[in-house]
Amino acid sequence: MASIPVDSMEPDVEWQQRHSAVTRLTHWVRVVALACLMMSGLQIFNAYPRLHWGNIGSDHDSAWLEIGAMNGRGMVRAGNLEIDTTGLLGLSRQDGATEMKAFPGWATLPATRDLASARRWHFFWAWVFVINGLIYLAVEFASGRFRLRMFPSRDELAPAHLMNEIVSHAGLKFPKGEGARTYNVLQKIAYLAVLLGLLPLMVLTGLTMSPSFSATLPLAELFGGRQSARSLHFITMWLLVGFVLLHVGLVMLAGAWNLLRSMVTGRFAIRKGVY
Amino acid sequence: MDVSRRSILLGSGLLLTGCDGASRDPRVLKLLSSAEGLTMGAQRLVGRNALATEFDAGEISPRFKANGNIDPTTPRYLAQRRTGFADWRVVVDGLVDRPLSLSLSDLTRMPQRTQITRHDCVEGWSAIGQWTGPVLGPILQAAGVKSTARYAVFHCADSFGTSPYYESVDMVDAFHPQTILAHRLNGEPLPVGNGAPVRLRVERQLGYKHAKYVERIELRDTLAGVGRGKGGYWPDRGYEWYAGI
Repeated sequence: MASIPVDSMEPDVEWQQRHSAVTRLTHWVRVVALACLMMSGLQIFNAYPRLHWGNIGSDHDSAWLEIGAMNGRGMVRAGNLEIDTTGLLGLSRQDGATEMKAFPGWATLPATRDLASARRWHFFWAWVFVINGLIYLAVEFASGRFRLRMFPSRDELAPAHLMNEIVSHAGLKFPKGEGARTYNVLQKIAYLAVLLGLLPLMVLTGLTMSPSFSATLPLAELFGGRQSARSLHFITMWLLVGFVLLHVGLVMLAGAWNLLRSMVTGRFAIRKGVY
Repeated sequence: MDVSRRSILLGSGLLLTGCDGASRDPRVLKLLSSAEGLTMGAQRLVGRNALATEFDAGEISPRFKANGNIDPTTPRYLAQRRTGFADWRVVVDGLVDRPLSLSLSDLTRMPQRTQITRHDCVEGWSAIGQWTGPVLGPILQAAGVKSTARYAVFHCADSFGTSPYYESVDMVDAFHPQTILAHRLNGEPLPVGNGAPVRLRVERQLGYKHAKYVERIELRDTLAGVGRGKGGYWPDRGYEWYAGI
């Protein structure tokens, strides 16, 4: 993170080389891969829009979550709770026709019912995602940057400091000056949870559904069965959607242009001041 | 800020509609399909001879779902069904030294394997059942598979419209110790919905590979020339030939 001399045109700004080329490139590959994985995944879900716990689960077994259509209405059923979702889930309109499908065409890849192509999309981008992620982790760990930038210090994890950060985040106050050079502790925790938690969990629960990989690795036992793995894959996907919404929202609020530029060119403007 | 927000929305909109347009392009699908070889290579690398998990009797599904063709109506099948499949034959031919024609009693007199395994459908559901039947490997050995054979093609008595169902596996899966010609499910003769009188079990792949109503096992050096040449009814229609994931 070498400092670049103060820009003569903007005396209040100091430039920081914020992200390595590998971080930037793998970030955007990850964005494309996750978008394709999610949308093709929703199409795959549509082929059997019911979720179970345990190893088994088919039409003959009870589901904890089900998206379907009944009596001309689209419905989501979770346990005893039924929610009418006509128009969005279970029953939606596409190209002027009413379609009975769990997720609507605009959210899936391909848009029309096509499990075979969706699987091709899903597994291609799964490979891209995994190879991309391994390159990122290998390079960033080997250089020591991952540790330096992502791991919170003991001081940062002190309850008083954590409370302080939560309060300033809730007030949408974002640091300037020296405080903007590094990730704050909430960012570190969120990024670690996603990069070392949710994303690997996606890969592992995905592999658990593979009859071949599950013959080799005892993953089904780890997650409580193949259908549990499918449920966890689905839930984790929504946690990732939540993270992305939060992440993009905070980027917008904290300075979209500066942050976006830093993830494209690497250059990040540090403005003087504290907040 | 507004400019970049708009460009993000526009960019992601273009990306997504672009993906959907591309999803119908055969060249794109061909590129995407290259992942199948990677998946198969990886699975063969880490677990070429791995055994599928076998379960306890208590874990068997109360009802085993029947899927695909569950009630074949070809005249030949109906005639066989009326006589309790008394004259059913499983022919083993193609690239073999000694073609075989096996009756059901031939199959049941051979050493039997019983396995409780999980059936994973490509749609996403799973069921656990107990399957009984002779291991395919020794049958192929008895027929004397020629060294040029690369695939075992399973010809079935059911069809979708006029397209007969068929499937194929390579020699690794054909000679896998859990690959059996099952004639019993949960201790009972195989129900019609699940492939009576005999179906393939190839435990480390998805359900559509487990050909039902098997009449003929043809050893071949190529998949070209059968169906549309992709090695199976569903592979001919876009699904992976290697269905390990």
